[in-house]
Amino acid sequence: MNHKKRILITGTLLVSAILSGLLIHSRAEAVPAERVIHITAKKFDFSPDSITLKKGEPVVFEISSADREHGFNLRAFGVRTNVSSGKVSRIRFTPDKTGKFTFSCDVFCGDGHEEMTGTVIVTE
Amino acid sequence: MSKFDRRGFIKLAGLGGGIVFVSSLGHGLGLNALGSILDHANGKVENDFYFVQLSDTHWGFAGPKVNPDAEGTLKKAVQAVNSLEEQPDFIVFTGDLTHTTDDVQVRKDRMSQFKDIVGALKVPTVHFMAGEHDASLDRGDAYQQAFGKLNYTFDHKGVHFIVVDNVSDPGAIVGESQLNWLKADLKQQKADARIVVLTHRPLFDLYPDWDWSTKDGSAVIDALMPHKNVTVFYGHIHQENHHMTGHIAHHSAKSLMFPLPAPGSVPKKSPVPWDASAPYKGLGLRSIEAELKQAKYEIKELNVTGA
Repeated sequence: MNHKKRILITGTLLVSAILSGLLIHSRAEAVPAERVIHITAKKFDFSPDSITLKKGEPVVFEISSADREHGFNLRAFGVRTNVSSGKVSRIRFTPDKTGKFTFSCDVFCGDGHEEMTGTVIVTE
Repeated sequence: MSKFDRRGFIKLAGLGGGIVFVSSLGHGLGLNALGSILDHANGKVENDFYFVQLSDTHWGFAGPKVNPDAEGTLKKAVQAVNSLEEQPDFIVFTGDLTHTTDDVQVRKDRMSQFKDIVGALKVPTVHFMAGEHDASLDRGDAYQQAFGKLNYTFDHKGVHFIVVDNVSDPGAIVGESQLNWLKADLKQQKADARIVVLTHRPLFDLYPDWDWSTKDGSAVIDALMPHKNVTVFYGHIHQENHHMTGHIAHHSAKSLMFPLPAPGSVPKKSPVPWDASAPYKGLGLRSIEAELKQAKYEIKELNVTGA
C-alpha cells in the first residue's frame, strides 16, 4: 500500500469514527437511559414507599406483588397498572413536573387497602 | 330535642330533581324527632312516599377509638327506624354492610349477623347492595349467597330504581357487561322517567387518590344523561356530599360506623376519632321524601337517634 492510499484510508476511518461518535452522542442526548426502580406491593404497603426522581429523567417502575393482586396508580402522571403475584408489571414515564405526588393501590385488597399509599418526589 | 317539619326539610331542588334529606344519629338515640316530622305529613299527596337510606354499617369493625359502640350503633339505628310513627315504604342499604375480612367463614358469619340485626326492621321491604368490603375480595360470591343479586332494578310508585354494582370488581369498575345491561334497561324508560340510581362508590371522580371514584363511572353517567330526572344516592365516603354532573344530582350518605375526613383535607385518609363530648357525631341515616306530583325529592339528614 502506498503512502497516499494509507493516508486516505486513515482519513476515512478517522472521519467515520468522528461521525459515528457524533451519532452516538446525539442518540444519547435524544434518548437518555431509563432508570429502573423495583417496587414490591404487599398487604398493605409498597416498598419503597417513597421514591425520589429527577424531572426529565425517564424511569421504569418494575412492580411485583408478594401476595395477592394489587394496583399501582400514580394519577399525577396518568400511569397505572394491575400488579399480580408471580409477574412483573412495568410502567414507563418521564416526570415533567416537580413536587410530591401520591401513588396508591387501586385494587381493593383488604382491611388496610385504604392506607396502601406511597409518595413520588420529583426534584429539578 | 329538635323537631323536623316535613315542609322544613332542606330543599335541594337545585341539586337535581329536588330532594330533602333528613340525617340523624347524634346525641342520644331517640327517634321521636323523626317521628315528629311525620306527624306533620298532613298535606301528603297520593303516591308521594319516603324511604330511608342507611349506609356503610361495617358490621364486624372493631376500633374503640373510632366507635366504642361498634356493636350497638346499627341496632340503635334499627330501633330508630322502627320507632318512626309513619314507616317508610322501604329501606335501602347502600353497601359496606359488613367490614372486610380475608376469612371467608368470618365474612359469611358477619353477613349472617347483619341479616339477623336488620331482620328486626318493621318495614318488610329492604333493598340491599354491596360495598367493596362485602364483595371485592371474592367478587361478590358470599354477598350473593346472603343477599342476592349485585345489580338489579325495582319500581315504586312511578319511580324506577336502578342498583349499580361498582364494587364486586376489586378494581372499582362497573364493567362492559353491566353497562350494556344498564343501557338496555334505560332504553325501556322514557326520557322524562323518574330514575333513582343506588350505588356504593361515587360515579364521578370525587377524590380518586382516596379511592373515591369509579373508574368507568363516566360511562354510567353518559348513559344516564339523556334522562331528565335522575338522582344518585351512594355511600362509601362516610359523609354527606352533594354534587352535580350536568343535571344529575349525586348525594352521598353518612356511615353508621365511623366518619371519614373531608376529601383531601388530611394527608392520609383514616377514620375520624370518636368524640366523647359528641357521641355518634358524623354518623347518621337519611330519609328521602319523593314528592312525585312536583317530580322532586326532598332529603333530610338524621343522626342515629333521629334528632
